[in-house]
Amino acid sequence: MTAVGRSVRRVEDARLLRGAGRFVDDVDRPGQLWMRVVRATSAHARLVGVDTAAARAAPGVHAVLTAADLEPLPRIPVRLGPFDEPLDAFLQPVLADGAVRYVGEPVAVVVAEDPYAAEDAAELVVPELEALDVVLDAARAIEPDAPALHDRGNEVLALTRGYGDAAAAFERADRVVEIEVEVGRHTGVPLETRGLVADHDAALGRLTIWGATKVPHFNRRVLAGLLGMDEARIALRSTDAGGGFGVRGEFYPEDFLVPYLARALGRPVKWIEDRAEHLVATNHSRQQRRRLAGAFAADGELLALRDTVWHDNGAYVRTHGVVVAELTLSMLPGPYRVAAYEGRAHVAVTNKTPCGTYRGPGRYEATFARERLLDAAADELGIDRLALRRRNLLTAGDLPHHRDLPVLGHPVEIDAGDFAGLLDAALEHSGYEDWTREAAEARERGRAVGTGVAYFLEKSGGGGFERARVSVGADGRATVAAGGATLGQGIETVLAQVAADALGVDPAGIDVTVGDTDLVSAGGGSWASRSTIFSGGAVRLAADATAERAREVAAELLEAAPGDIRLEDGRAVVAGSGDRGVTLAEIAAACDATSAGRRGDEPGLTAARTFVDAPMTYPYGVHLAQVEVDSATGGVRVLRYFIAYEVGRAVNPALVAGQLVGGAAQGLGGALLEAFRYDASGQPQCTSFMDYLIPSAAEVPPVGTAIREDAPSPGNPLGAKGAGEGGVDGAGAAVAAAVEDALGVTRALVEVPIVPERVRAVAAEAGTRPAVGAWS
Amino acid sequence: MSDVHLIAITVNGTRHEVAVEARRTLADVLRHDLGHTGTHLGCEHGICGACTVLVDGQPTRSCLVFGVQADDAEVETVEGLAGADGALNPLQDAFGAHHALQCGFCTPGFLMLATALLRENPDPTDDEIREAMASNICRCTGYQSILEAVRAAADGAAEAAAP
Repeated sequence: MTAVGRSVRRVEDARLLRGAGRFVDDVDRPGQLWMRVVRATSAHARLVGVDTAAARAAPGVHAVLTAADLEPLPRIPVRLGPFDEPLDAFLQPVLADGAVRYVGEPVAVVVAEDPYAAEDAAELVVPELEALDVVLDAARAIEPDAPALHDRGNEVLALTRGYGDAAAAFERADRVVEIEVEVGRHTGVPLETRGLVADHDAALGRLTIWGATKVPHFNRRVLAGLLGMDEARIALRSTDAGGGFGVRGEFYPEDFLVPYLARALGRPVKWIEDRAEHLVATNHSRQQRRRLAGAFAADGELLALRDTVWHDNGAYVRTHGVVVAELTLSMLPGPYRVAAYEGRAHVAVTNKTPCGTYRGPGRYEATFARERLLDAAADELGIDRLALRRRNLLTAGDLPHHRDLPVLGHPVEIDAGDFAGLLDAALEHSGYEDWTREAAEARERGRAVGTGVAYFLEKSGGGGFERARVSVGADGRATVAAGGATLGQGIETVLAQVAADALGVDPAGIDVTVGDTDLVSAGGGSWASRSTIFSGGAVRLAADATAERAREVAAELLEAAPGDIRLEDGRAVVAGSGDRGVTLAEIAAACDATSAGRRGDEPGLTAARTFVDAPMTYPYGVHLAQVEVDSATGGVRVLRYFIAYEVGRAVNPALVAGQLVGGAAQGLGGALLEAFRYDASGQPQCTSFMDYLIPSAAEVPPVGTAIREDAPSPGNPLGAKGAGEGGVDGAGAAVAAAVEDALGVTRALVEVPIVPERVRAVAAEAGTRPAVGAWS
Repeated sequence: MSDVHLIAITVNGTRHEVAVEARRTLADVLRHDLGHTGTHLGCEHGICGACTVLVDGQPTRSCLVFGVQADDAEVETVEGLAGADGALNPLQDAFGAHHALQCGFCTPGFLMLATALLRENPDPTDDEIREAMASNICRCTGYQSILEAVRAAADGAAEAAAP
C-alpha cells in the first residue's frame, strides 16, 4: 500500500506531543546575550536624537545601537515583484533614521546579559521626538494635502491591470451594479512570536542562525549582502516554527540586527519578540477599500468588471513589495468567465505597521469584493444567488483559460477544472438544501438564521525550484534533506510519504530535514502553497534515483536482473521469489567506497535532484456558511460551515483537511472578530489578545470538508495543487452573505470584520425584532 | 528587583532547588532554569494558554505566576505526560491520531488543560469539552480535531475502566 494518498500520522508529532520540539526560544548558546528592541511610541514624528546614556550605564548592558551607529544604514530590500516602478524610496531602514512613521518602529536596540536586564535598560532609552501630523487612511493618504511620510509622498504606486474592452462592455450592459467594500486590517498572528539566535565564529568566519524559516536561502543572500559576507559562510538552521501564515520568516529589521550584533560583539545574541511587540512589529495585512462595478446582461451574464482599490500598506514597503495589491487585482475575476476587466490599485503608505502577505493574500480580499458584488447583482437582477454564479462559472469549453493578468510574474493560465461540478459537490456533501430550509423555518419562528455561499479561485506554486537529497544509511534508515521550511504544515510528513513509496519503506522511519542551508544549497522556501509541489517534486525525483541505485546494487548482490527487483518493507526482493532478497541496510553497506569504486560508482546509497519550474496551479473551492444573528446584541454565531476544495492530488488527506479547517478558523476570525484598530493619533488599540480577538473553540463551528481530486495538475510529478490557503479565502464573503440572508437585507454587509454595532444597525433598519430565545 | 529567593519546586516528580529573582515567572523558571522547554510562551499576558501547566493539580498560566509563588508546589508539565518507557499517554496519542496539532506550539498547553479536565471530569459532555478547551488559543487547527481528540481520550479511558 502506498503512503501517498493516505492519512498517515505525522512524523513531526512524536517530538511535538512530548514537548520535545525545538523552537527558537529553546535554542541557547553558551555566553549568549539578549537583545531588546526600543520601539517608537509615536505614529509620526521627527526623530531628532536618541539619548542612550542611561541605558548604556545600566547593569548588565553590553551595547546600545541606533541608526547613527550604522554607516551605511541598511534598508531591507523587496523579495517579490512586481517592480513597475522603483520602490527604494519606501523601504524600511533597520533602525529609524530621522523620523518614526508608525508605533512599533525600531528606534534602538539594547543588548544585555539577560532578557530582564535588556528590557529594563530599553526603558531608559529616550528618543527625542517632534510630533508630525498622521495619516491613517489610504484614500486620504494620496490626497495632495495629506501629511507626507516619505520624500516621494504617500502613493507608492498606482498599479493598473486588466484585459479586454471594459469600457465597451459597460456601455452595452443592461445593468451596472456597483458596490464599495472594505476588508479590515488582519494578519497571521502565529502563536509563537518571532525570534532569532545568532552565533558568529570569528576564527572560522562563520555565522550560524536559528529561527529563520520560510525563505532561508533568500534571507541568507540578503543578510550576506548587508553584512558584506560570503553567503556560503552563513548557515541558517532549521527549527520548529509555531505557525507562519505569511508573516513569519520574512526579512525584518531584527533579521539584520541580531546577526550584526553577534558578529560585532563576538558573543551569541538572542532575541525573542514578545506579543505586544509582535502585534505592532510583524507584518499586518489585508486592509483595503474597494469600489467594484460589474456590467451585466439582463440574463445575468457578467460582461466586465471595473475595480478600484485603495490599499493601506502601512508606513513602509517591506519584503512583499506591492504583490498583495497586484494579486488582489489579478485574482479578482476568479473562477468566472469575465470578458473584460479593468483594475487599478492605489498603494498608499500610512502611519501604521507595514504590511505583507497573510494566508490567501489578495484572494481573501478579492473573493470578498467579487462575491459580495455577485450577491448584490443577483438581488438586483432578481436572479438566485447560486444561479447567477452558475451562469458565469468557467466551463470545460473555456479551458484552458488565459488571462493577461500577472500572478508572481506569470499570466493566469487555468488549465484544468470542473467548476460547476465542484459547486454541485459542495451543495450535495454539505446538505446545503437542508441548511437553507432550516434557515427559512427558523426565520418563520422569529430566529434570524441565514446561509451564504462564496466561490473562489486559488493559486499555488509557480516558478522557481527546490532541491532534495534522499539517502539510505548503513543502518538502513532513510533520510531526506530538502528545500522548504517547517511552519507547522506537516511538510516533513508529506516528504516522508513521497520518499517512502519510492524506497518501499514506512514513512514513520524516515528522518526529514528541511530549511537547513548547509544541507541544501539553494531553494525557494515554503510560501505560496508551493512546498508539496516543489519540495515534493524534488524528493520524488531524488527518491526515484536512490531507489533505482538500490535496485541496481541489489540485482548485483542477488544475481538477478535490475528490472526484476522490487523494493518493499525495507528490502529488495526478486519478483516471484519472495525469499530471495537483501535489506536496504545491506544494499547501503554494499555502496561503501571500495565496493562502489569497483563498480565505478560514487559511494553511498544516495541521490540529489532538483525539481524546476512547475507552472502555477489554480485550485478552486466553495465556502458555505450558516449563521444565526442576535439582533439585540449584534452577535453572529456561525452554526455550520463547509468547504469543498479541489487540490489535484491530496498526498495526505488529513493534513489537507487540517489546512482547510484551520484556514476557515482564521477566515472566520477575519470575518467577525479580527482587526487592528488605531485611534486618531495613530496609537494602536490592539496590542494584546484582549483587543486583537482570535477565535477560540467557542467561536469556531465544526467545519465540514470535501477534498476533491478532480483535476490533477499536469505540471508536477505528484499532480498536486497547493492546499494551504483555500481554507481562508471565502470566509469573509460567505459569512457576510449569510448574515444578510438572516436579516433579509441586501448590500448591507460590505465590510469585514462584521462587528456587532453594524449588525445591530442593519437589523434595526431592517426592522428585525430581537428574537426570544435565539441563543438557546 | 534583584532580590534572589531560594525556592524548592517539584516538577514531574523531581524536586529542584532554584535561586530566582522575585520577578522571574514560573514559565521562565521551568524553561530557562530547569530546561523544561516544552512549556511555551505565546502571549505572556494570560490569554493564549500555551504556557498552561498544572500547579498542585490546577491548570495554571505559568506566565502569570512568579517562580516564588510555586515554592513548595508540585508542578506538572508536558514532559511528564509520556510513560516511563517514553510511550505517549492516551491523551497524547489521541492528539496524534486526530491530527489535533499542526505547528505544535499550543499543544503542550492544550494537553495540560485537557489532562486537568479529564481528571476533574472523566466523562465530560461535548459542550463541557468545548467550554474547557475554549480557555486556550490555537491558530492552526480550527479546534475541531482538538475537541475530537479529547473526546476520544475520555471515551478510551471510560472504555478501559469498564468492567
